[in-house]
Amino acid sequence: MSVMPASPAHIEQIYRDHSRRVLATLIRLLNDFNLAEECLQEAFIAALRQWPQNGIPDNPTAWLISTGHRRGIDQIRRNQTVRRHAHLVESDDDPSTVEADETPIDDDLLRLLFTCCHPALAMEARVALTLREMCGLTTEQVARALLQRPTTLAQRIVRAKRKIRDAGIPYKVPDQHELPQRLPDVLKVIYLVFNEGYSRSEGQHILDVSLVDEAIQLAESLARLLPHGEVFGLAALMYLQHSRRDARQDQDGELVTLEQQDRSLWRQKDIRLGLDWLAQALRLTPVAPYTLQASIAAEHATAKSANDTNWKRIVLLYDALHRQQPSAVITLNRAVAVAMRDSPQDGLRLLEQLNSSKEVLSYHLFHAARADLLRRAGDLESARLAYQQALTLVVQEPERRFLARQLRLLEEQLASRS
Amino acid sequence: MKYVALVYYQESLIEAMTEQEWHDLNQECIAGVERLTAEGKYVTGQPLQPVTTATTIRVRNGETLITDGPFAETKEQLAGFYLLEANDLDDAIRLASRIPPARLGSIEVRPTRELPPKD
Repeated sequence: MSVMPASPAHIEQIYRDHSRRVLATLIRLLNDFNLAEECLQEAFIAALRQWPQNGIPDNPTAWLISTGHRRGIDQIRRNQTVRRHAHLVESDDDPSTVEADETPIDDDLLRLLFTCCHPALAMEARVALTLREMCGLTTEQVARALLQRPTTLAQRIVRAKRKIRDAGIPYKVPDQHELPQRLPDVLKVIYLVFNEGYSRSEGQHILDVSLVDEAIQLAESLARLLPHGEVFGLAALMYLQHSRRDARQDQDGELVTLEQQDRSLWRQKDIRLGLDWLAQALRLTPVAPYTLQASIAAEHATAKSANDTNWKRIVLLYDALHRQQPSAVITLNRAVAVAMRDSPQDGLRLLEQLNSSKEVLSYHLFHAARADLLRRAGDLESARLAYQQALTLVVQEPERRFLARQLRLLEEQLASRS
Repeated sequence: MKYVALVYYQESLIEAMTEQEWHDLNQECIAGVERLTAEGKYVTGQPLQPVTTATTIRVRNGETLITDGPFAETKEQLAGFYLLEANDLDDAIRLASRIPPARLGSIEVRPTRELPPKD
């Protein structure tokens, strides 16, 4: 025991820094999410009682784990479900011998993340569980951040935990040969958390949590635990996108296109961090999807002005991305890049090829992109129709206002012509 | 843990097969069962006759009601089942993904449940 004094504020800080690791290990030791959470709380209550007198132990994480583990075993003994957990009680896994070694604890964090992001859980459940268990947000915080009712969200989490237990979703990091298949599931959840935060940072909601920050933190801790190129690529992508947060909207909260953003508002520190992550990613997975998307974002981030954008390279990057992940959205983005590189007409010709897909036709950004290219090509009447089409499909309020403004400008232009 | 893997596919796909294709698929299933057995993962299993042979039974107020056909009309029909012994869901998913009809239709994997002890 050290003689370091332990104020409640100290202990709170330790909770913030270590509670996830303690929880992750307790889940493995106790084989039960809910019991582990209870025991985590009990271990911290014990710390609040003992540390102010005895000082903070040299290894608080190990202390909390062994205290929580002991409480858990006591409870299992008390419980009537002794039979189901008998193997745990009889094991020679004496809590006092829990190693303070960092590595296995890190492994537990990875186990927790892979379990929360397991593809056998519904996507909404994965996002909720990851925010709750990995990021340590309360159910109320997660509900507010995801704009869901707390009761709905709590139910979703309960159901997911039940499935983990009853369906036998393992608490483990996938084997090396399974990783290529399983890692994208985890990255997808992290990126979804980021986009949830990014798409609604319009300032209307005052939130006590930033999903964007949580997502970046998740990617950074994952990068430390699992140094895979695509993890670096995702971290790069998020930093580069986030660097534009002050320029994406004007004082009135209206969206500003990339082309018209005041680039002096882009946060250089985030761009540097993004480029650093990207350099690491490029060494390992240069043509993997997140790394490619980050490469595209980096082209924008490093262009001195919109006119200096290297569209030639961006088209090539979209080509590579399309080979990895053929999708209508990527084709759409590629068509816009081609329009910028060559001419609006060339972009429009590529968009025509997408016209047969039902999925694309119901996607507002397809019509918005088409409208913009038609406007650039001088076909204002067709552009007007395309904007109207986009407006019937758009859901997000800031995007709706943006499209309505574009349409208004266009109609003014048309009126002044006639 | 024990899992049931329920095999579903559109019977029309099977009907459209040549005799040779049907033969090959069956042989592939036999080889699959042999492999599962060798790994100690196979408890039991059985392919089923087409859904046109199905009969649904309900007992209401002590009366047995019998109707022609399956309980629910679905796009894919139940074609057979496996009872597997797997370490966990990941293991069960791995085993199920090797069941040949997974390529034609879908496999639903579910953990089994034990009845509570007798009173």
